[in-house]
Amino acid sequence: MATTIAPVPPRTGRRVPRIALGKQSRSDTFTAWLFIAPAALGFAVFFLYPTLRGIYLSFTEYSLFGAPQFVGLDNFAAIADDALFWNSMKVTLWYVVLNIGFQTTIALGLAVLMHRLTKSGIIRGSILLPFLVANVIVALVWFWMLDYQIGIVNTMLGWVGIDPVAFFGSENWAIPTIAFVNVWRHMGYTALLIFAGLQTIPTTVYEAAAVDGATEVQTFRKITLPLLRPVLVLVLIITVTGSFQVFDTVAVTTKGGPINATRVIQVYIVERAFGRSDFGYAAALSVILFIILAVVAYAQNKWLRGGESDLA
Amino acid sequence: MKSKTVRAMALAVTIPLGLTLSACAGDDAGGGGGSAGGTIDYWLWDSNQQPAYQKCADAFTAANPAWKVKITQRGWDDYWSTLTTGFQSGTAPDVFTDHLSKYPEFAKNKVLMSLDDAVGKVDTSIYAPGLADLWVGQDGKRYGLPKDWDTVALFYNKEMTAAAKISDDEMANLTWNPTDGGTYEKAIAKLTVDKNGKHGDEAGFDKNNIAVYGLGLPGSGAGNGQTEWGYFAATTGWQYTNKNPWGTQYKYDDPRFQQSIAWWKGLIDKGYMPPLKATVGASMNDNFGAKKSAINANGSWMIGSYAAYKGLKLGIAPTPVGPSGKRASMFNGLADSIFAGTKKKEGAGKWVKFLASADCQNIVGQEGVVFPAIDSGVEAAKAAFKAKGVDVTPFTIQVDEKTTFLFPITDNAADVNAIMQPAMDAVLQGKSDVSSLTKANEQVNALFK
Repeated sequence: MATTIAPVPPRTGRRVPRIALGKQSRSDTFTAWLFIAPAALGFAVFFLYPTLRGIYLSFTEYSLFGAPQFVGLDNFAAIADDALFWNSMKVTLWYVVLNIGFQTTIALGLAVLMHRLTKSGIIRGSILLPFLVANVIVALVWFWMLDYQIGIVNTMLGWVGIDPVAFFGSENWAIPTIAFVNVWRHMGYTALLIFAGLQTIPTTVYEAAAVDGATEVQTFRKITLPLLRPVLVLVLIITVTGSFQVFDTVAVTTKGGPINATRVIQVYIVERAFGRSDFGYAAALSVILFIILAVVAYAQNKWLRGGESDLA
Repeated sequence: MKSKTVRAMALAVTIPLGLTLSACAGDDAGGGGGSAGGTIDYWLWDSNQQPAYQKCADAFTAANPAWKVKITQRGWDDYWSTLTTGFQSGTAPDVFTDHLSKYPEFAKNKVLMSLDDAVGKVDTSIYAPGLADLWVGQDGKRYGLPKDWDTVALFYNKEMTAAAKISDDEMANLTWNPTDGGTYEKAIAKLTVDKNGKHGDEAGFDKNNIAVYGLGLPGSGAGNGQTEWGYFAATTGWQYTNKNPWGTQYKYDDPRFQQSIAWWKGLIDKGYMPPLKATVGASMNDNFGAKKSAINANGSWMIGSYAAYKGLKLGIAPTPVGPSGKRASMFNGLADSIFAGTKKKEGAGKWVKFLASADCQNIVGQEGVVFPAIDSGVEAAKAAFKAKGVDVTPFTIQVDEKTTFLFPITDNAADVNAIMQPAMDAVLQGKSDVSSLTKANEQVNALFK
């Protein structure tokens, strides 16, 4: 591969000529605000205000009817003693570990395969297919296929002499099953994000590695992974944040059961708010989830040095 | 990228709130301010009943040309969440089908209009005994007028009972007790068949490989077990609450209740009833239709569904007689309520009055889908069911012999259910002993302090 070297213009000291800063910049500011306004308005109305109101509601007792009653930290104190909350954190965490663990590993594998083995748009595109189907439909189809009595998966297990598994009905299987369904749906999308990251790694590095006689495994460990790190951090932050918020798959299948085995935090929040009209309590749970997600995202970015690249 | 995470995080908080927000816009398009007339919004959840009520609506408009009725049907789960947000935003329907487990909270929060104002005095003696009283709130005001009632009976597959040599007469006279299950358990055992064709009462019966379960299982029944365990537990003399309506103490700690549940759970261990894990995502009645169970205890609102299964001979028997020497069935009734924020009070009042009158209930009865609250409607329903080839006496016998008990009405119904659902699930899964229900009961009763 030939690289053309463009003539680099000599670096000159860049000094902004100080001309007419006063009037000119004021009208610029105005234009800027004009362009930002629609997005800012949407942000204020749909994100900022609801967030602030949600935080306010978390300090109140509010049943949708009547006005919210300020109760200070009562909701948070009650949550600390709420066995269902701690259970939901445990269940959610277990889901995140399974979901992110499998999803990231499989997606990374798929992305590397796409990168190193094929240039076919059809194959690359088909990997994204599950992501194009709506979440609820994916959940329902798997719910049906994995049914204990009439599901095709259990029928097939029967052919090889395996007893039917209550994928959604058993306490031990329910969360792994839901995690699997979401891995199936999201791995193509995640692979695509990682694939995009792979393409930013210059081929020259791989050529150099090949010249030095590096094996495929060595190349992956010594070149691909380190250079992919900033993209992986981004992917992890997005997917972990999304994973903590798992809701629809549970809502259309197990609805929190059996017993409390799949009562993930979002399901518990919705149950508290809309099932039991306890909007203050639900808002407090949401605030806690918000804080957890903020901390997790910050920690990931910090520890995995998402802001810097080794490609320098 | 950073902004994306922030937005995603903000979403976590805003999703529940955004929902309430989005319902704020919009006003009734029906128009019609005070008394001029207009379109009344009416909601119900049972799609089977929609055609019957559409006929009522047509008759109502014929009698009151100024008023039209727009019927909207939503499934049970969506129904209540949409209704709740509708109350808050003012977009709730003018009139809606209400449930005994839901209305106390609505009444307490003043989102229901007192029918004493909107409809005026109504002679409640025309309704089946007890039904009208259930809809009077703790403040002494009426919040609903009865439209129908339901009881529980046993649906069974006649080919299976014939094969097991159980006569219809025996099915109609089953007995039950919490110790050995009486003739009810004997019938269930005989009707259970394993993969090798052995019956539940035969030697060599393989309880781990069942082809046909003697008794179907819809779920754990949570706090009220209307079709799950209420019909036998109540024959021990056990009652849900210290008084009804408006009890303040639940009695899930009563040994009679816990023994009944222990017997019921025992059916799973013996292989006579499917394990709870098999009920997730499954429909008990469809499994009955697929001939995977022989007996299903279910409510009268399901008659139509059971009668529609092709290729099976359906029998219906009353629930078994228990230690009290009597049968038992929960007696539940729906009613129509008016949203306090309606802009069409006059029309809504007229429509509710019409729904609660013999004129409408006879129409509903003739459709043969439910038992109306007024006797003449019940007669019409019996005739309609008979014309379809279904004898519904096993349901009506509970009313005729006065063996029904009323749906337990208390405050905090949603919270009670939220506690009892996982507690009952745990017992049926075999994860907890029935004695764990005592602790659940303490949690439930703490709600009333």
